[in-house]
Amino acid sequence: MRHTPLHAAHCELGARLVDFAGWQMPLHYGSQLEEHHAVRRDAGMFDTSHMLAIDVEGGGARDFLRRALANDVGRLEQPGKALYSCLLNEAGGVLDDLIVYFLREDLYRVIVNAGTADKDLRWLEGLRATGAALRARRDLAMIAVQGPNARDKTWQALPQLKAASASLGTFFGAQAGEAFVARTGYTGEDGFELLVPAAQAIATWKRLASAGVRPCGLGARDTLRLEAGMNLYGQDMDESVTPLESGLGWTVALEGARDFSGKAALLARRAVRELTGLVLAGGAGVLRSHQKVRTALGDGEITSGGFSPTLGRSIALARLPAGCAPGSPVQVDVRGKALEALVVKPPFVRRGRSLVPEN
Amino acid sequence: MKHPGNLRYTATHEWVRTESDGTLTVGITHHAQEALGDMVFIELPEIGRRLAADENCAVVESVKAASDVYAPAAGEVVAVNEALAKTPGELNKDPYAAWLFRLKPAAGFDAGKLLDAAAYEKSSS
Repeated sequence: MRHTPLHAAHCELGARLVDFAGWQMPLHYGSQLEEHHAVRRDAGMFDTSHMLAIDVEGGGARDFLRRALANDVGRLEQPGKALYSCLLNEAGGVLDDLIVYFLREDLYRVIVNAGTADKDLRWLEGLRATGAALRARRDLAMIAVQGPNARDKTWQALPQLKAASASLGTFFGAQAGEAFVARTGYTGEDGFELLVPAAQAIATWKRLASAGVRPCGLGARDTLRLEAGMNLYGQDMDESVTPLESGLGWTVALEGARDFSGKAALLARRAVRELTGLVLAGGAGVLRSHQKVRTALGDGEITSGGFSPTLGRSIALARLPAGCAPGSPVQVDVRGKALEALVVKPPFVRRGRSLVPEN
Repeated sequence: MKHPGNLRYTATHEWVRTESDGTLTVGITHHAQEALGDMVFIELPEIGRRLAADENCAVVESVKAASDVYAPAAGEVVAVNEALAKTPGELNKDPYAAWLFRLKPAAGFDAGKLLDAAAYEKSSS
C-alpha cells in the first residue's frame, strides 16, 4: 500500500483509512456529512497527493498534447490557463480524464488520476514525439482547499501565496515560489488546488488546519463531486465508453483538421447513450451505482449514486438511452422496489446552491 | 461503552434488550454504525409483521452503503421507531438509544442463545 506525504497527518487526526487505487487514503476523519457541509459552507481540504502531476517539457510539448488529448490545448493562449480533457485510446474509449495547465510555450503541467497514472504515462510515452519530454512529479504533494472561504483561509494560513494568487481567475494556475496554486477543484465550490514540495506537505496542511480549514476525506470528496455533476473515472466512465456517452461532449474539440487519438472513432460512431442526472422523487431509498433504470426509450444504469447532503435527497449520474430529456420520469430498481426518479441536467449543486427543481 | 454488558447481540450486528414485558427492543451496534458511517436513510418493518428468526426486516443506509437488519428471533413487530426514520443521524450519535423496532418473541425464545458482549466483540473483531 502506498502512502502520500500527508499520511502521518491523517493518522494523527484519527482518520478512517481505506485502500484507494493502491493508496492508503482517508475516507473521513469522523463524520463524512460534517466534512461535506464544511466545504459547502466554509472551507475544507483534501489530500490529493495520490494523483500525479506530469510536466510536459520542450519545444514540441504543444504539438504532442494537441495529438494526445481530445480537447485542444491550442485553445490555451494565456499562461496559467487550465483545460479539462479526456485522454482517449484509438477506439475513442476514455483512458483517463485530466486537467492540463499551459505554463509556457515549452511547459505544460498535466494532472491525472491516481489509479490510471502508470497506464497514462505508458500511453503518453508511446505517443511522444521528439521535442517533448515527460517528467512525473512524485516529488510534489497536492492539497485541494475548497469552499466559499477557502481562498481567504488559504491566504491567512499561507500569506506568501497571496501575491501570486490574489488575482487568479477561475481555471487558472500560477507558480508562487516553490508552490503551484490553481483556482480549480472537484467540488463545485471556489477554492485552490495547491502543489507543494512533498517535504513541505505536512507543514502546509497544519497551517491550513490552524486557519480553520477542515480536513475532509474521500467520502465527502465523492458526495461533493457528485452534487457538482462531475464524473469519477472508473465509475462513470472508462475505456468501454466515449466522452460523448459520458456527458463530456463539451470537452472534445472535433472541429477542424487537428487529429487526435480517438478522433476517427468518435466521428464514425454515433452516441446512443448519454450520461445524465437523476433525482429520486420520494424519500424511500438511496440511488446507488449499478441500479437498473427503466425509461420510455429503454433501460439504463446508474453509474454513481448516493445521498446528497446539501439537497437532503438522493441523486445519481446514470447512463441512459440518448434522448431522455430533463423532466422525464424514470423508474429505478432500488433493492427490489421500483422507485420514481426524474431526469435532470447536472450539476445538482453549484456554489452551495441547489439547481434541482423542488420536489 | 462500545457494547454494553446488559444487552445481547447477534453475529449480524444487532443488539437486543429484553424489556420487562418480555418484548425485545432491537437496534444496530456501535461497531455496525461505525463501519457504515453517517446514516442517511432507515426503512422500518410494518407493525404487526410476523418475522422468522434471521429474517431480513429493516434497512439502514449510510453515505457509503445499504445494510440489511435481521430479526434476532421469530416474533411479531409491536412497535417501530418512526422518529428515528426522520433523523437517521441519531443512530451514529447513540446507537443504543436509537432503537429500530420492538418484537414480541414467539414462544420458546431463549435470550441465552444470543451473544453476550464479550462473545460479540470476539465475533466482530
